Amino acid sequence: MLRRTLERFTLTDLFMWLVGGSIILLVVVGSVATLRAGNYTARHWFDFVVFGIAQGSVYALIALGYTLVYGILRMINFAHSEVFMSGAFTGYFIANSMSRSGFLDRNPIIGLLAIFAVAITTSVTVAVLLERIAYRPLRRSPRLVPLITAIGASFFLQYTFRGLYGSQNRAYPEVDALDGAWSLGGEFVIQKIQVLVIVAAALFMFGLYMFVQRTRTGKAMRAVSEDKDTAALMGIDVDAIIVRTFILGAALAGAAGVLYALMFRQVNFFMGFIPGIKAFTAAVLGGIGNIPGAMLGGLFLGLFESVGPTLFLDGLGIPAPYQLKDVIAFTMLVLVLIYRPTGILGERLATAKA
Amino acid sequence: MAILELENVHSYYGHIHALKGVSLIVEEGEIVTLIGANGAGKSTTLKTISGLLRPREGHIRLNGEDLSAYKAHDIVSKGVVQVPEGRRVFGRLTVTENLEMGAYTRSNASETAQAVERVFHLFPRLKERHNQLAGTLSGGEQQMLATGRALMAYPKVLLLDEPSMGLAPVLVDSIFDTIKQLHREGTTILLVEQNARMALQIADRGYVLQTGQVVLNDSAQNLRQNETVQKAYLGIS
Repeated sequence: MLRRTLERFTLTDLFMWLVGGSIILLVVVGSVATLRAGNYTARHWFDFVVFGIAQGSVYALIALGYTLVYGILRMINFAHSEVFMSGAFTGYFIANSMSRSGFLDRNPIIGLLAIFAVAITTSVTVAVLLERIAYRPLRRSPRLVPLITAIGASFFLQYTFRGLYGSQNRAYPEVDALDGAWSLGGEFVIQKIQVLVIVAAALFMFGLYMFVQRTRTGKAMRAVSEDKDTAALMGIDVDAIIVRTFILGAALAGAAGVLYALMFRQVNFFMGFIPGIKAFTAAVLGGIGNIPGAMLGGLFLGLFESVGPTLFLDGLGIPAPYQLKDVIAFTMLVLVLIYRPTGILGERLATAKA
Repeated sequence: MAILELENVHSYYGHIHALKGVSLIVEEGEIVTLIGANGAGKSTTLKTISGLLRPREGHIRLNGEDLSAYKAHDIVSKGVVQVPEGRRVFGRLTVTENLEMGAYTRSNASETAQAVERVFHLFPRLKERHNQLAGTLSGGEQQMLATGRALMAYPKVLLLDEPSMGLAPVLVDSIFDTIKQLHREGTTILLVEQNARMALQIADRGYVLQTGQVVLNDSAQNLRQNETVQKAYLGIS
């Protein structure tokens, strides 16, 4: 048994073990050094964690869009980041006008709901058009074709919105009601906006989960994702279910767009790219096609990105480690693809026919 | 008027001409069987009737209404339901959820619940396992589920594609018993089978397909006596 394992152990394996080992070593040594240096107090770590969860919730919401579409079409919808951007960007205009008239500060709840409604409607419209115009005609073509189309559609949408709304950064208005923080006793405080992001994201995700598990459409979505032909033989209108899947994913992306904009206060036509690719990473991390996986992957990535740079790198004497958060996120993607390509909750590729 | 009628149907897989002018008739309340070797076009015929393949030529009529323009899911709501080859249950849905998918064309919850009860009455095994994922069922149970799922839509015409495939002989008998029972209850059945002997025992009439064409069609009794059929499909020399 041991001999056979040794015989199969190739140079590539050795190299991969070395890479994996040195990364683990780096992480452990860095973390120990950071903690021993003691530059950061419990309050700092608490802030990192809360911010990580908030950011991760947004990633999770976007990741669900990738995973839902992948589950049903076995295709990565690379234009999903633009679905997210379109909602956030369009939401800006209503947010801005409501803020100027003072409505947003007088009726923050109605105001926020209106922003969500506009953003979600925009994202859903964009996604439905995308599916109808760009993807449906290619349903039966080889898998590379819709993938390239998705990348093209992503650019098309970016520059369409640049043409419509301009190329400058726009500052999302502040909402008075979301300004400030709550004290949790002692030195711990939590930003109101972060609470809103986490609670809203949790509600949306719970809603999605119940929808997919309990409703007739949700069950049909699961059936279509397993076997389209048989679903059609049961009388399920497969195209209609695919459209509804895009709508669901887009609604979550629109909501994520508003939460993201409220948290980071800035929108532009290119804003979808980084969160989009992070969310895609999160979806792969959790196991693409798997709904709880996308949620878990998003939270995990958000936390890692927030806590990781400081924890792993600060102690190694690397200046401004937070600048390296994207390196950490994508290193994690590479590691997952190497050591567990199916993701945390993913099933074996053989059964998923991916 | 025949309940289901195919007239000179041609279908293609890409460039492959799979059905070369198939004509057949199923009368109300009959069991009609299609027999033939692998690749003769039996499953293709069912796929074309169900709308998974579009006939490039010819007509498919249900009670005189042309079905060729409808999509697969519309054909189900017209009353033609197929149990696909290899069962194809939704493995990650529970037994009950699978059955609910069979009733997708009716949105009425109490009707669906009634239909589920009917299937559970027909297949008590499924009732015991109603909360289990369909992927964990045995082959025989999956065939019961696939059949029950199709019955959820109360089909006028039931298309069965190789229901006995890969099942132990005991289970084959029980599947054929179920088919007979459905027939007694008045369901019209078009049955595709490798097991020509069993199929010709329960069928009223049969069609023999060869390379996409009907080469013989007669009553099941005559087909059983037919020398060519005996040689080619029943293993009697």
